[in-house]
Amino acid sequence: MSTRRVVGPFNRVEGDLEVTLNIDQGRVSAAMVNSPMYRGFEQILRGKDPLDALVFVPRICGICSVAQSAAAAQALAQAMGISAPANGQLAAVLTLAVENLADHLSHFYLFFMPDFARAAYQQRAWGPEAAGRFKAVSGSAAADVLPARARFMQLMGYLAGRWPHTLSLQPGGSARGLEAAELLRIGMLLREFRRFLERTLFGDRLEAVAELDSVPALRHWAAARQARADLPRFLAIADDLGLEQLGRATDRFLCVGAYALEGGTLFPAGVWDQGLQQPFDPAAIREDVSHSWMAGDRPLAPEEGQTQPQPDKPGAYSWCKAPRLDGRVVETGALARQMVAGHPLVRDMVARNGGSVAARVVARLLEFALLVPRMEAWAAAIRPGAPFCATAPALREASGAGFVEAARGSLGHWLEVRDGVLHNYQIVAPTTWNFSPRDAAGTPGALEQALVGVDAVDSGDGAPLMVQHVVRSFDPCMVCTVH
Amino acid sequence: MKEDLNLLWLQSGGCGGCTLSLLNADCSNLFDTLAGIGVRLLWHPSLSEPCGDAARRIFDDCLSGATRLDILCLEGSVLRGPGGSGGFHRNSAGQTMMERIRSLAQVARHTVAVGSCAAFGGITAAGCNPADACGLQFDAEAPGGLLGRDYRSGSGEPVVNIAGCPTHPNWVIETLAAVAADRLDAAALDSFQRPRLYADHLVHHGCTRNEYYEFKASAQKPSDLGCMMEHMGCKGTQAHADCNIRLWNGEGSCTRGGYACIACTDPGFEEPGHPFATTPKFAGIPIALPTDMPKAWFLALASLSKSATPKRVRQNAEADHQVVTPAVKKPRAS
Repeated sequence: MSTRRVVGPFNRVEGDLEVTLNIDQGRVSAAMVNSPMYRGFEQILRGKDPLDALVFVPRICGICSVAQSAAAAQALAQAMGISAPANGQLAAVLTLAVENLADHLSHFYLFFMPDFARAAYQQRAWGPEAAGRFKAVSGSAAADVLPARARFMQLMGYLAGRWPHTLSLQPGGSARGLEAAELLRIGMLLREFRRFLERTLFGDRLEAVAELDSVPALRHWAAARQARADLPRFLAIADDLGLEQLGRATDRFLCVGAYALEGGTLFPAGVWDQGLQQPFDPAAIREDVSHSWMAGDRPLAPEEGQTQPQPDKPGAYSWCKAPRLDGRVVETGALARQMVAGHPLVRDMVARNGGSVAARVVARLLEFALLVPRMEAWAAAIRPGAPFCATAPALREASGAGFVEAARGSLGHWLEVRDGVLHNYQIVAPTTWNFSPRDAAGTPGALEQALVGVDAVDSGDGAPLMVQHVVRSFDPCMVCTVH
Repeated sequence: MKEDLNLLWLQSGGCGGCTLSLLNADCSNLFDTLAGIGVRLLWHPSLSEPCGDAARRIFDDCLSGATRLDILCLEGSVLRGPGGSGGFHRNSAGQTMMERIRSLAQVARHTVAVGSCAAFGGITAAGCNPADACGLQFDAEAPGGLLGRDYRSGSGEPVVNIAGCPTHPNWVIETLAAVAADRLDAAALDSFQRPRLYADHLVHHGCTRNEYYEFKASAQKPSDLGCMMEHMGCKGTQAHADCNIRLWNGEGSCTRGGYACIACTDPGFEEPGHPFATTPKFAGIPIALPTDMPKAWFLALASLSKSATPKRVRQNAEADHQVVTPAVKKPRAS
């Protein structure tokens, strides 16, 4: 007999989430993901001066604020036909990298790991230690991580004035020229963050972590570091709970390209589908609204997309639209980025068990080891005295698109300017992909698929614990999802 | 010893950015800091363990009185639409966040709006205000909002509006500390109910572009070092906040980040009536003058100082780094 259970508010995600579970014999048989809040940024932006988008879009989301700014700046730059000077490009990728890594840190320590500190796990061998370390609010990790994160975010003081909600990212580059002394300070803050990661998260040098190339190599590495750093602690928990076999979605992964500089893109754009690597084609994106509280009778390409709420629409259960790539569901995020980029450890994890809770977390943490050394190099490449920002021409009639990888995955902005003002602005955010509702064919979104078959035994924790692990493994950002 | 105050934090029509900003707090550990000022976190959507049913029980216990609700913080605006139903933020059982906020505000000893959305409606109320967003006790500049002009929390005080988009971490921490110490009475709030501990300053105070301001040496485009008041839409001389006195993320602020102050602590900042990055002018003169500055004097001083602008200041104003550095005094001949 099937029972229905509604989990909400589903907390320790960014923004509001509610998940409805159909449960058969102790397992999830179907899931419906509801993004329960609608603000209407795409409606707000209509009629605004094109550059005003830089004020509004970061405020879609306090945690992906810079990613939103970067996507808008890129879409405007394309519409204007300009590109940023080298310093401006370097400052922009650095700013985005700081946000993305701060988000990875918040996700791991504040949103995801506290679930392993729950009373239900106290009987496990690792239970008491995990509780002392990762307990929400009171765990020892929070006391280590919050000051380290705040220090790391001082990079934003130099690069962006403040975080969240900066206006330093411009279509022409960065409004914040950096002086020699500030570049020295940026280098010192990066080294301080590196030391924190090497001491607390990894118990090893970043370069050694980045080179882990297979599941056996990871196991061997972790066994030598038990209880000395937080990634090995997580791996022991993951092993015991079988998290590498939990939460498989479509195994079709999308990355729109991350950290693009003139010399190349660090994590390239592409689609990885059952062992086949394909190019990313933005023209293959359609947004379906069949199960969304949105008016519309057919899937639309984002550049002609519409956002017209229809609150009492029959059959709808979310404010989220359902984006599809070539009509199919994709997963996006750090796991997708590293699958497309071909990191051997991540590819090996997915080859063995498919996308999983463990693979998502490992891919995310791996990005610290991959990115921080690059950030050090980018900061060193900035030349004081050379320009940071190109002049932006006024727009009358134009259109443009911008694609950015936020911490939690692929973000796209599409804008159209008519008569000098924004005529249409459409946004497809990472969690719009991952937490989409069903489409017209009835195909569930990525999380909805990942939850099917998951153990739904009630441990008295407000929601089945395995369900909580799967949901949070995507690092959802609900305020971006619906915007 | 005084008992710790229970704080319940809710989020609605906003971006969560005030919480993320709070995590930037420059202190040994934010949670220790809160404990140190006598505040106990009952529940926060991003930071607390309880999920689903367990979280709802906390709200219910506050409503029934089983748990004392000392401080209710709302981050994000109240979404009244569509048609006053609150349906733009509603769970599948049909319960709206608007009603949850209204009912909890009736039992809260102190009610605090964190950020300009919760205070005044903020960015969510911009444009056609599709979700019919408003603040707890204001709708932009108009008193009212969700709770109405006459609302008073259990302590007898109106809603405390920690306006800002986002809020500075210390504005929030100090306001909570003042509440916990019973030191935040009506006299500690300005006419928009913003804590005067930060709202009695102007963003202009401590601005590193002051020399450019004095000589009206103006930035023409993003990344220029000059004053951003004349062309770039900067409202630092009018905006109530201490952003250039206590800095953001170490050594930052908006003006130090190379861009205009958009007066995000003001009600209605989201609809300035002009493009944000352009200063509206009449006959070449900025329409909005510095706070408390008589127009005639501003014009007289501006024309005098423009004619007296040193070459260094004039040239640097339109560059992204100092192209002329201040002269070094020559040693006196002995």
